[in-house]
Formats: sequence, structure tokens, C-alpha cells
Amino acid sequence: MTANDEPAFRTDRATLARRLKTLLPAHCLLTDDEDLRPYECDGLTAFRQLPMAVCLPETEGQVIDVLRTCHQLGVPVVARGAGTGLSGGAMPHAEGVVLSLARFNKILRLDPLARLAVVQPGVRNLAVSEAAAPHGLYYAPDPSSQIACTLGGNVAENSGGVHCLKYGLTVHNVLRVRVVSIEGEVFEIGSEAPDSPGYDLLALMIGSEGMLGVVTEVTVRLVPKPELAQVVMASFDDVARAGDAVAAIIAAGIIPAGLEMMDKPATAAVEPFVKAGYDLDAEAILLCESDGTPEEVAEEIARVTAVLTASGARELRVSQSEAERLRFWAGRKAAFPAVGRITPDYYCMDGTIPRKRLAEMLSAIAAMEKKYGLRCANVFHAGDGNLHPLIMYDASQPGEIERAEAFGAEILELSVALGGSITGEHGVGVEKINQMCVQFATPELEAFHRVKAAFDDGGFLNPGKAVPSLHRCAEYGRMHVHRGELKFPELERF
Amino acid sequence: MQLDDIVAAVRAAHDSHTPLRIRGAGSKDFYGGLLAGDVLDVSGHRGIVAYEPTELYLTAKCGTPLADIEAALAEKNQMLAFEPPRFGGATLGGCIAAGLSGPRRQQAGAARDFVLGVRLVDGTGQVLDFGGQVMKNVAGYDVSRLLAGSLGTLGVLAEVTLKVLPKPVAEATQVFELDEHEAVARLNAWGGRPLPISASFWHDGRLWLRLSGAGAAVEAAQRALGGEVAVDAGKLWESVREQTHPAFASPVLWRLALPSTAPDAGLGTPAAVEWGGALRWYAGEQDAARGAAARLGGHAVLYRAPESLRCREGAFTALSPALLALHRSLKKAFDPKGLLNPGRLYAEF
Repeated sequence: MTANDEPAFRTDRATLARRLKTLLPAHCLLTDDEDLRPYECDGLTAFRQLPMAVCLPETEGQVIDVLRTCHQLGVPVVARGAGTGLSGGAMPHAEGVVLSLARFNKILRLDPLARLAVVQPGVRNLAVSEAAAPHGLYYAPDPSSQIACTLGGNVAENSGGVHCLKYGLTVHNVLRVRVVSIEGEVFEIGSEAPDSPGYDLLALMIGSEGMLGVVTEVTVRLVPKPELAQVVMASFDDVARAGDAVAAIIAAGIIPAGLEMMDKPATAAVEPFVKAGYDLDAEAILLCESDGTPEEVAEEIARVTAVLTASGARELRVSQSEAERLRFWAGRKAAFPAVGRITPDYYCMDGTIPRKRLAEMLSAIAAMEKKYGLRCANVFHAGDGNLHPLIMYDASQPGEIERAEAFGAEILELSVALGGSITGEHGVGVEKINQMCVQFATPELEAFHRVKAAFDDGGFLNPGKAVPSLHRCAEYGRMHVHRGELKFPELERF
Repeated sequence: MQLDDIVAAVRAAHDSHTPLRIRGAGSKDFYGGLLAGDVLDVSGHRGIVAYEPTELYLTAKCGTPLADIEAALAEKNQMLAFEPPRFGGATLGGCIAAGLSGPRRQQAGAARDFVLGVRLVDGTGQVLDFGGQVMKNVAGYDVSRLLAGSLGTLGVLAEVTLKVLPKPVAEATQVFELDEHEAVARLNAWGGRPLPISASFWHDGRLWLRLSGAGAAVEAAQRALGGEVAVDAGKLWESVREQTHPAFASPVLWRLALPSTAPDAGLGTPAAVEWGGALRWYAGEQDAARGAAARLGGHAVLYRAPESLRCREGAFTALSPALLALHRSLKKAFDPKGLLNPGRLYAEF
């Protein structure tokens, strides 16, 4: 996974190990292959690479020392949180160091009156909400890996979750980050005030996939926990009709706390696993959550129910207790592991499309299932157009992994052609780097490289990820859909 | 006026090393550093390009007046939730370039939070598309949000796509007699409770609190919070948003963005407090404003002042050397010759 015009790094392993040993105590440094093995991949296990060393610093001073030394020696650095990412963003570099922030695991301050928490990047997402719970507060972004994923990783990927239609992404919920540059310089971006002087560097840093700096502290906004949440489960005979129902909810002026869709293969995979009570005959089911004060929820649920009925839902159920609400959600939240039970391997995609193109996308995916001879289940953050097709394959069968990758690439390229994006929340990493060539033209890619150079001129931070070199795009040979002027002619059939 | 006209103008300026001053309606000429360069009037590049109410986005050209955009949204019962000031004829380009937000910012988020995509003409005359029309998009660096508040120093924002939201079903405003310390304390305490507070404005011993949401929720909050029902609340919020309220009348006005719980800044009684205590306005020359804001963990903008004072103080708080270096590099990345709105953000670039 290296492009031949990306900077070629040649690291002397012995020198690197010797230098790192002078910076870190023995328990903070791994250099033997067997110790490095657990770090060879992140949540995207199809891409693996052993690094030369793993550093597990415990202080910001050690982070500075490691970065400064790597910069001096010309060694690539890949920052890593919990390694739950799904795009290979934390996959090590063969000539480089993995900088794990796992030991930066303290909540430094939680101010219930100001409604914010200052945390180290290795703190788990859910731990922030747990610490805030006694004050009636929580941290809103809730990626499905929230039990394990860390705030540092969330910042790197601009993570979302099932509630981001109403409560926003990481970029809407982070107030400040403290950053160490590749040269070992410390700077802070943002503050506890509502805005900061100068450019909005926070927007640039969040979602930058570890390419611009290493975050050592994050200040997040906490919000009051709604008094009540209730979910409506609706089943539909037709996915297009379910998609129209989502549009009708928005058109009625309702922004639900969560709005999720699963297609028939997804509910079929999930139901035996979690027994959520899904309608297995339905072509699609919708989960629509309302939260707020009891009065607000009652009013919104009544409106949602009316809209869904008018949109042709064949069955409607409203959760009558917190236990039932959690059971309705359990299937959606367990969709990935449930699919994992019915297939040896699966490949999760992350394209975003305008919602009105959903039916087109799903029928195209059905055609691709035949073309590649692989099955696909679809779960969908319907409210914000973020689709997660789960392509099922068996890596032990020759050719299947290649077919799965080609299937995924075709979905992503169709997402762009339909007016969407190759990634809604998982990041580009190594996984979608070729599809960046489809989403962006040369001038934008060049601008990204200039932005990168403003922070990391030598390209030492996470090389080979997130933004492809122009050479790679030329080799990949796919055409960028330039402002809608160039369309793939074969799209007509969808 | 077409995109090509903007491109041609920027290219010509680039070739002849001519500084450009990008101008929409000129409604915020008072804001930021002093104006310099030949005027590039982009108000003719106007019109709504796309509006999809059920996809919650609107795309328009930079010269489109906010009034036109809000009229289109109102037809579908939607709004620009960050309530940007219109100051008469403000255009979309200027709105995002300045990055100013109005009363609802405390609940809904700031201008930058609603930017989904931007078509930029950079300092060399290249057209660059960042972001798009979908809510979730993490491909590439988030340059579109970076442009919010960049005051035209990185390029001409030729076209902008914004996330739009439905208007709340119900709204009500309660008013309380409180001094500013008590108002800030109450606002922070209320902020930690699940109440539908969408705006707050304190001035001269009175606190106005706007509640927005489902009808039943607004009524329940009115009962829980007490206070008096405000008369003519719509006019009040309009005057706060447009800064036509007497609180903003001083010819010298400082804007302090602070942690909402910050204690008294020691600058006398504020002219106004907004955003749950996080935005405080002070009238008159204030030599201590910058120091006080920094000490409290925020920053001070010399928001409105005569030219001589703006020259001496600069509009914005100085950046640390590390951040200034980053700003210079980013400026160079998008406007290598430093021709676009020079000095509008900082005198250094």
C-alpha cells in the first residue's frame, strides 16, 4: 500500500531503537516482533503491517521527545488510539514508529457548571459520558465503537454516531485541542470560549487522520441528558417508500435524535442474534428516536407516527419502556457483529449520498451482488445519508477478497457520482485512498498537500494515508466526476 | 456576473500583483482590519443554485442577499439556524467570510457549524471545491469550515452550501429582573438542565430568555423558569440579531468571547451579555479588554471603532508565534502572493 512517489523512508532499525531507549522507560517501548504484532492493524484487519517500534509514552514530554527524534531521524510516525478505526488510518508504516496514546487515559477536569470536560486523548468515548452522568450531562457523539474507541481517535476521524443528525459530529462538540507538531512544538487550538481569533484551525485538525499533529489533550462540550427518549419502529414493503418516509419526517419539520434504516438482509442477520422483534418480512425497517422533555417527546412521537402512517408504514411500534427502546436499538447497534456471525469475513463501507438517491443506490448494490457474486446487507444512518453496506466474503476462498474490494470501490465511486462522499465518518485511511482520486480533482488534492505541508513539511505524520499523491491517482486511472460535467455513462442503467 | 468573471479578475490581479478587496454588500466594512486593495465586487454573482428542504441544504452564489435565502427558506418553514446578522443587505459570501452568528448560536451552533461545502477561487484564480451537500463527509481536510471567519484572506467564497433546519414549532420569551452577575450564574445553571433555551440577552438589569421547541416543551419550561412573558419579543430578538438595540450603539464596541462561567472581567458593567454568558459586549475605549479576556480564557475583538483606534489596537487578539506561523503557511497555501484582503484579519498577512 505504498505509492512510489510518496517519500521513501529508509530507517535504520538499530539506531531508532537505541535513540528511543534513551527517551522512554523500558515499559513504554516495544521493539520485538511478537510485541509489535498486536499493533499491525486497526479495525480494518485486511491491511496489516508491522512497524519498527511502538512507543507508549506516559507524558507529553515523552511525546515531544519521540516526535522530535523521529523528525530528526526522518522516521514516519503513526499515532494510534484504541485502534478501532475501520479505514486503516492507524495501520503502521513499515519504516516507522507507532505512537500509542493509550496511556493518556485520564479525565483531567470535568466542569459541570461550564458543561465541559478536559480529557487526555486515550480516554474512551463512553467513559466521558459515564463521568458526566452524575451531573445529568453527557458527550453527544456516540460512534458504535464507543465502549472502546478513544477521544483522540474520534478527533482524528471526526467520528459521528447514530445521534449526529441532531447533535452533530465530533467537530461540533470539541472546543479545544492541545497539539504537538512533528517538530515537537506544542500549540493549542480553540478554547473554552465560543470562538477563537484567526482561522478555524480546529475544523482543520478534526478529521485530519493524524496527518497534521498529535493531540495530547481534548476539551469537549457536554450537553444535558434528555429526560426521556422513545423510539418508533416502522416497517416498510419497499425501501424506496422507507426512504420517502425519512424525507417526509424532515419535511414535517422534525429533526429526530436518531433516524436509522436496515434492509431485509440486515434484519435477517440481526434478529436471531439479538431478538429485537424486527419484522422479518419487511423490505426495510426504520428506527426513529425522539428525545427531550416528556411533553416534547409525546408531541414529537405523535407527529412522527402520523407521518410514518401516511408514508405507508405497514407496521408501527413505539417503545413503551427504556428496556424496549434499548432492545429496538440493540439490533442496529449489533448489526456489524451479527453479520460477522453469518459470514467468515465482511467489509464495511461508509459512503454518504443525498437521501433521495437511496433507492437508486440500493438497486445498484443489488446488481453489484450479482456482478461480484457476493452478498451485501445494508444499514443506513438514514437521517444524514450515511450508508454502511456490509459486503460478505470469505477470505479463505481465492479471489473473494479482491472481489469484495472491487465491490466496495464501485459503491464508493457511485456515492460520489450520486452527489455524495466516499466517507461519512470512517475516514479515508489506506482503505479509500484510491477513491479520493474520484472525489477530488488535481487542484483540490494539491491544495490538501499544501495544507499538509503547512503543518508537516517533510510528510512524516501518517504517510500514505488520507490524501493520495497525484502519481497514485494517475496510476489508479479513474476519472474524477468534475462538477457533474463528466458522468459515468454506465450510470444510466440505475 | 459569472464564476468566470471572478476567476478572470483574480487571475488578472495575480498576474499584475494587485491586492484585492473582496466585497459583497459592504455591510461589514467596519469589521476586522482596515480595508485595502482594489475592490472586487462580487455582489453580481448571485442566485440560489440548489435548495433541497428534505435534504436540509441550500447552495447559493456568494452575492446572494441573506434576505433572498431566508425568504426561500421561510416558504418551507426552514431557517438559517445560526441567525447571522443581515445589517441591511448582507450577502452569503460575506456572512460566511466574517463568520458572525446571532442569538441562536448558543443552542444551534455557529456559522462554521452549518458550512457543508464551499466553491473557492483561490489567490491564483483556481476554482477549488471542498465539502459538498451531504451532512457527513470526512474525505480530505475540512477546508470549507476553515474558510468560515477567514475574512476572504484565503480566497473568494464563490458559492457556499449550508445546512438548514426547520423552524421551531413554538417560541416564547421570558424576561427577568437581574443584575449581570446573577444573570450569568442563572444562565449557566439553566444550561445544565434539559431546557429548550435558544437565546439569551442581558442588558441594563434585565435578562430575556427565548425558549424554542415543541409547544408543550416551551410551555413546561415557561412554568419551570418563571419570569414575565416578554412583550414584543420578536422585535427584541431582531434588534439583538441586527445590533440595532441601544446596547450596541456605542461608536467603540468590544466583543469578548469567554468561557460562559467567567467571572466579571473588571471592565465595568457590560453593555450586553449573550450566548448564555459566553459573549459579553463592552462599550467605550477599554485598554484592559485584551488582557482581561486572555486572563479569563477567552479573547477580545475590537468590534467597532474609529480607524485610528483600529489601527493602533488591531481588530483581533494577536496570535502566538506558533499559530501565527501556521496562519502564514496556510495563507501562502491558498494565496501565495498575499493579494486577497491583505491585513483584513491580521496586519502580518
